[in-house]
Amino acid sequence: MGDLLARNPRLTALGVIIAIFLVLVIAKGLHDVAQTGLNGLSLGAIYALGAVGLTLVYGILKLVNFAHGDFLTFGAYMAYLVNVTWGAPLVVAIFWAMLMTALLGIVLDRVLWAPMRAKHAGLLQFLLMAIGLAFLLRAIVQWFWGTEIRALDVNRTSSVEILGLRIGQTELIVVVVGIAVLVAVGIGLRMTLLGKRMRALSDDLELAETAGIDTRRVILWTWVFAGGLAGLAGVLAASITSLYPEMGFELLLPIFAAVVLGGIGDAFGALAAGMVIGVMTEWSTLLIDARWKTAVGFLVLLIVLIVRPQGIFGRAKAI
Amino acid sequence: MSPDPGMFAPLGVSFEAITDIDFWISVGVLAGIYAIVGLGLQINTGFTGIVNFGAAGFMAIGAYSMAILVLDGGLNFWVSLPLAMLITMLFGAIIGLPSLRLRADYFAIATIAMAEMVRLFAQNARGLTGGNQGLFCAEDDPSNCYTNAWRDVSDSINGFVENFWTDPATLFPLLLVIWATVGIATVALVYLQKTPWGRVLRAVREDEDAARALGKNTLLFKLQSLAIAALLGATGGFFLAINLATLHPIDFEPLITFFAFSVLVLAGLANYKGVFVGAILFWFVIEGTRFIELPDPPFTETRIAALRLAITGLLLIGLMAFRPQGLFGKRQEMVLGE
Repeated sequence: MGDLLARNPRLTALGVIIAIFLVLVIAKGLHDVAQTGLNGLSLGAIYALGAVGLTLVYGILKLVNFAHGDFLTFGAYMAYLVNVTWGAPLVVAIFWAMLMTALLGIVLDRVLWAPMRAKHAGLLQFLLMAIGLAFLLRAIVQWFWGTEIRALDVNRTSSVEILGLRIGQTELIVVVVGIAVLVAVGIGLRMTLLGKRMRALSDDLELAETAGIDTRRVILWTWVFAGGLAGLAGVLAASITSLYPEMGFELLLPIFAAVVLGGIGDAFGALAAGMVIGVMTEWSTLLIDARWKTAVGFLVLLIVLIVRPQGIFGRAKAI
Repeated sequence: MSPDPGMFAPLGVSFEAITDIDFWISVGVLAGIYAIVGLGLQINTGFTGIVNFGAAGFMAIGAYSMAILVLDGGLNFWVSLPLAMLITMLFGAIIGLPSLRLRADYFAIATIAMAEMVRLFAQNARGLTGGNQGLFCAEDDPSNCYTNAWRDVSDSINGFVENFWTDPATLFPLLLVIWATVGIATVALVYLQKTPWGRVLRAVREDEDAARALGKNTLLFKLQSLAIAALLGATGGFFLAINLATLHPIDFEPLITFFAFSVLVLAGLANYKGVFVGAILFWFVIEGTRFIELPDPPFTETRIAALRLAITGLLLIGLMAFRPQGLFGKRQEMVLGE
């Protein structure tokens, strides 16, 4: 098993997931497993969208952005502003949230991260700055919107039936939008020149620079990308749950779990791992009380860090 | 004699608060607790080079173990303290053993995840921890609270203090004991740092491979450093538990860890003696927002809480950007992440 894990981690991971699936089907029946799995897709899409940006920022800038969760919060409240305060449709709110969070990413890189990179700041400086930024963003949200739990103006009652499985209308929209964007991101990273450049930078920034890639531009686009997707993830999370200042920070650890499981810096890995963790989290409710389900993300994070810190999809680099 | 505070509105200073000795004692209690936890982070981050983001987890394990041992285990409070310390140190070692091999940033993520696991457990294992309702007295016996033994000591200290100070503040004995602990811990750590053992810690921080090449079992030293931080974290947790009189999972959120980190970086890395100054300054600033009379609106209670969060955030950002060595740290000793 250990040997197989080392030689072919993806196959092992797939095997483990199939095994869990089969055991659950035998124990709990196909319907329940499919139903919880379906619920898990919306959660998974949120994790995956959050994880892609976080992993690219890590890979390219070597920045463990602890403020990434608060990017989600920021996006969610931007959508609240448009959707509830101004009464505009959710679609408009989503685009606004993505735009504003992308802008936030760019501005923060200009005023904070770029000067720190120029100073050759150390790891601890970056880590604590990111934490400080997370608190600052949360404080701003709390200043303007308070701590009360809010909700977006979405349909929370109607549901749709597909193949005998029920899914809330909003959840379905979240799954469809989330997966559509994830596929687009995946294709974009693989096919477009920008995507290839991003991945090249994530692999080896200096080598990419030597190869003539304009790293400054790619870094800018990375923030657009990371911010926009984080904003989207925030809105999606807010539409199926609720808004409160800590919402993003609470999503950060499962998102970290997806990043680590996917292999830090590996965007495809983060996509897949986010979906896997989302589905696993919901599957866990078949066996344990739903209030424990958050533990799944933490456990995945801790187990992967301990057993295989380069992740299932990552290559063995110096960890 | 005291002027009408209304005269100074809207941005006046409340003289009642400034002269309120109870208020300053409560600030001193908080500062002392975070000085103790900050000393633990200092040995980890400042002297061993391991970025421990799980201090709140250690505090939670210490505080909850103590309370559960007293309330459910029926143990004497004074017996529960060393046991809870042992449990926390053991927990630190169990967490550290697999994760200390990780690179610094991975270790930071692992420790914050560990601390959040502890909090999730405290929230959901209701039978043991009381969940979000909190833990204070035994369910079947409301007179059996984990603070009982302390209250007796506190009363006898204040009974003695009454000889010099009529009607002493209730929190005064706690303040005394906490700051005595800060003093003892600081002296002990300064002494430890001068021993060969302390020099190995520094060597691990500066260049782990070199230390290993010299035959030092660096993992063992890092584990010992983490265990000391766990011990200090548990101690901070006990004092927090006594100060709060009720344990809630929310009292151990990650923010607590980063309050302690703010104290640490304000004081500066690789300097034990500065930590208590950092703690006093930090809590003076954070609690100081209480005695500046801010008009409501716009300064509602949630906004003042947001303001404190913002101050903490800005302090971390500002220090890391402009003075990463803090007040008393040495720049050349900040070797983390070259």
